[in-house]
Amino acid sequence: MRERIVASAKKKTSKNIKGKAADSKSVSNSNPEPGIEVLKKYYRDMLLIRRFEEKAGQLYGMGLIGGFCHLYIGQEAVVTGITAAQDNTKDTVVTSYRDHAHMLACDMDPKGIMAELTGREGGYSRGKGGSMHMFSKEKRFFGGHGIVGAGTAIGAGLGFAHKYTKDGGVAVAYMGDGASNQGQVAECYNMAALWDLPVLFVIENNQYGMGTSVKRSSAGTLYRRGEGYGIPGEQIDGMDVFEVEVAARQALDYIRSGNGPYILEVLTYRYRGHSMSDPAKYRTKEEVASFKEERDPITAVKDMLQEKGVEEAALKEIDKEIKQIVKEAAEFAQESPEPDRKELWTDILVSEEA
Amino acid sequence: MPTNILMPALSPTMTEGNLAKWLKAEGDAVEAGDVIAEIETDKATMEVEAVDEGTLGKILISEGTEGVKVNEVIAVLLEDGETANDVIPTEAAASSAVEESQTAKDPSTSLGVAGEAEQPAGAHVEDRDILYHQGVIIEPPPFDEASFTDMYEATVREALRDAMAEEMRKDERVYLMGEEVAEYQGAYKCSQGMLEEFGAERVIDTPITEHGFAGIAVGSAMNGLKPIVEFMTWNFGMQAIDHIINSAAKTLYMAGGQLGCPIVFRGPNGAASRVGAQHSQCYASWYAHVPGLKVVSPWSAADAKGLMKAAIRDPNPVVFLENEMLYGEKYDNVPSSEDFVIPIGRAKIERSGADVTIVAFSIMVGKALKAAEELAEQGIDAEVINLRTIRPLDRHTILESIKKTNRIVVAEEGWPFAGIGAEIAALIGEHAFDYLDAPLARVCSKDVPLPYAANLEAMALPQAEHIVEAAKKVCYK
Repeated sequence: MRERIVASAKKKTSKNIKGKAADSKSVSNSNPEPGIEVLKKYYRDMLLIRRFEEKAGQLYGMGLIGGFCHLYIGQEAVVTGITAAQDNTKDTVVTSYRDHAHMLACDMDPKGIMAELTGREGGYSRGKGGSMHMFSKEKRFFGGHGIVGAGTAIGAGLGFAHKYTKDGGVAVAYMGDGASNQGQVAECYNMAALWDLPVLFVIENNQYGMGTSVKRSSAGTLYRRGEGYGIPGEQIDGMDVFEVEVAARQALDYIRSGNGPYILEVLTYRYRGHSMSDPAKYRTKEEVASFKEERDPITAVKDMLQEKGVEEAALKEIDKEIKQIVKEAAEFAQESPEPDRKELWTDILVSEEA
Repeated sequence: MPTNILMPALSPTMTEGNLAKWLKAEGDAVEAGDVIAEIETDKATMEVEAVDEGTLGKILISEGTEGVKVNEVIAVLLEDGETANDVIPTEAAASSAVEESQTAKDPSTSLGVAGEAEQPAGAHVEDRDILYHQGVIIEPPPFDEASFTDMYEATVREALRDAMAEEMRKDERVYLMGEEVAEYQGAYKCSQGMLEEFGAERVIDTPITEHGFAGIAVGSAMNGLKPIVEFMTWNFGMQAIDHIINSAAKTLYMAGGQLGCPIVFRGPNGAASRVGAQHSQCYASWYAHVPGLKVVSPWSAADAKGLMKAAIRDPNPVVFLENEMLYGEKYDNVPSSEDFVIPIGRAKIERSGADVTIVAFSIMVGKALKAAEELAEQGIDAEVINLRTIRPLDRHTILESIKKTNRIVVAEEGWPFAGIGAEIAALIGEHAFDYLDAPLARVCSKDVPLPYAANLEAMALPQAEHIVEAAKKVCYK
């Protein structure tokens, strides 16, 4: 169900990913069947995100995580597929506030992420950032931004630096469907195209910007918003990790060859509310259930593994391993002390001598 | 071991709720992610999902129960091989879980006696605002300006250009971006010749999209570059204020020190001439309000050169407030040494005096010096302090001066309310109250949007004569 445009492409209408996509097989035609090891890796990566987020939800419910906490459950295939296509020795990543999964995908330590959620010393920002504001220079993850749309401009800036230093890296800038309406996103499409910046703009269209559906917020089609700037765009099924990976690989090749930016609109769905305190009354239970039951990205990979003869016991083994990682992260996040009182006053400015 | 399922909080402020409905019964198998119950508060109904798999062994709080405390055990989940007999639903188990969580949540346990933290180590300029709020005022590091004797003649705009060019020759990571900075040579010709010398990769014309290009520059700074962003005027920089504050100033703190943002945002600030309200505003107090930013505002060509070089070398985001009316002013005393870097955070006493202190920055320094000459004719010996840096403020120099003169006038082009003069008034109130022989006086723009009509504009802007009046008033003359 991939939809692609180039600057001169004919008009196409937006896809609806609800239920089984009738033409999803068209992708696998052009791609080799994924092997068991690849499937297992996807299963593992996506399961880690889901179990991590469920645990975060639980700790939030216990009052151990404060403030806002935006969970990624349901969207796992998006970041998993795209990260698999990246050059993880040099590409950079930036996203918005629904960011825990992106950090896990960037190979950041689940303990450090969970401890940041609980506001402890062992967190990536030593407890000073919280759920929406985490970074890892080492893993080239540049946040974690609480301002909708700001991460897109920063992502274009990461790409600017890749081009300036000619280091061959591509910036992967995630945004939500809500952010895609921000003025600065349009500004950055323009500049990224104008300057051929190596940026992959990923629109994670989970169909709701907080409680407002895309239908009620967004005119036209999001992946075509770059058309006027000459940025190719494509709409893909974000519940299918393989489709995401294949599309991302092609897009990244295109960008890395010096062609400038690319827009991937990835249709996905979040099972939970916008944040923990959102009861999600703006959508029906049936709608949520249809995704969970028919389109779950993890179940899909699990089914494929089983079709390939992987035993239940082998999958249980992965489940167990993930459960242990998440358990240890949660324990660490509760045992790690609150930041030292001195931390209040550090990291405001870099001292010249430092 | 059986796992306790606790009453969850829907928000950090929720303390209790109603258990509306159980969607699973005792003995049902549960997968992680399954919805097992619904809870409600006065605001919303929420689903409770299982985090672990197992069998719902025992429901301890029946549906329809109201006022269930957050973290109370509502049910018990059994793992393979466990039976309901393994469940020991004691009051103690429930209350200990609550207690444990309350301890973790209770902020009072982590606060000190007065909520005041220890001082940071050392006494860097960067720590000055922190130290100040702990009652410590430090003297800025010394700067031997007189040692720079080889001078050349330059306008402010040329001095700015020279500073940028020198630093760009030195450091390849430095680049200049903004509207009309390249081919047009700068809307105010502050980047004359730079495109020719450094090429289009390092001197970059942008579309008219301040919000977007400020964000791009910030992203590039996080990824290793050292951008200089020119706003055609700071009025247009308001489009980009989110990136200046939320993205540039706060990242170092939010990243626990891992990731900073070495960037200079520069452009003309304050009123020009007859350009009306939207193009005439001083942003000094706006940006000086923000921890994580340094704010610099030069007056002379030497200021412009030395401070710009310091701003580019600084590892922090620096807001650099120039003034269009000063760009063409020519000075014959601009140090030619490439090492002429004025330390950020140090004010300069432009004129020494005994009777009254006049604190000013940017264009008001010139007006203050003019006022000082008039005051001298009337027998009042004024000391003029050129702040150079707004944040971190050189409180030490101001206080030393007031201890000598006992009278102070603060002159700025911004509005009076919550302005730089107001901050200095607070400083004086806190640390020099006993030294004052007269109340502090402020000279500011009138508290109105700047009018266009020539006569009204002149009335609205602070002039040398206003400083003279204010100085005479505090001297009771």
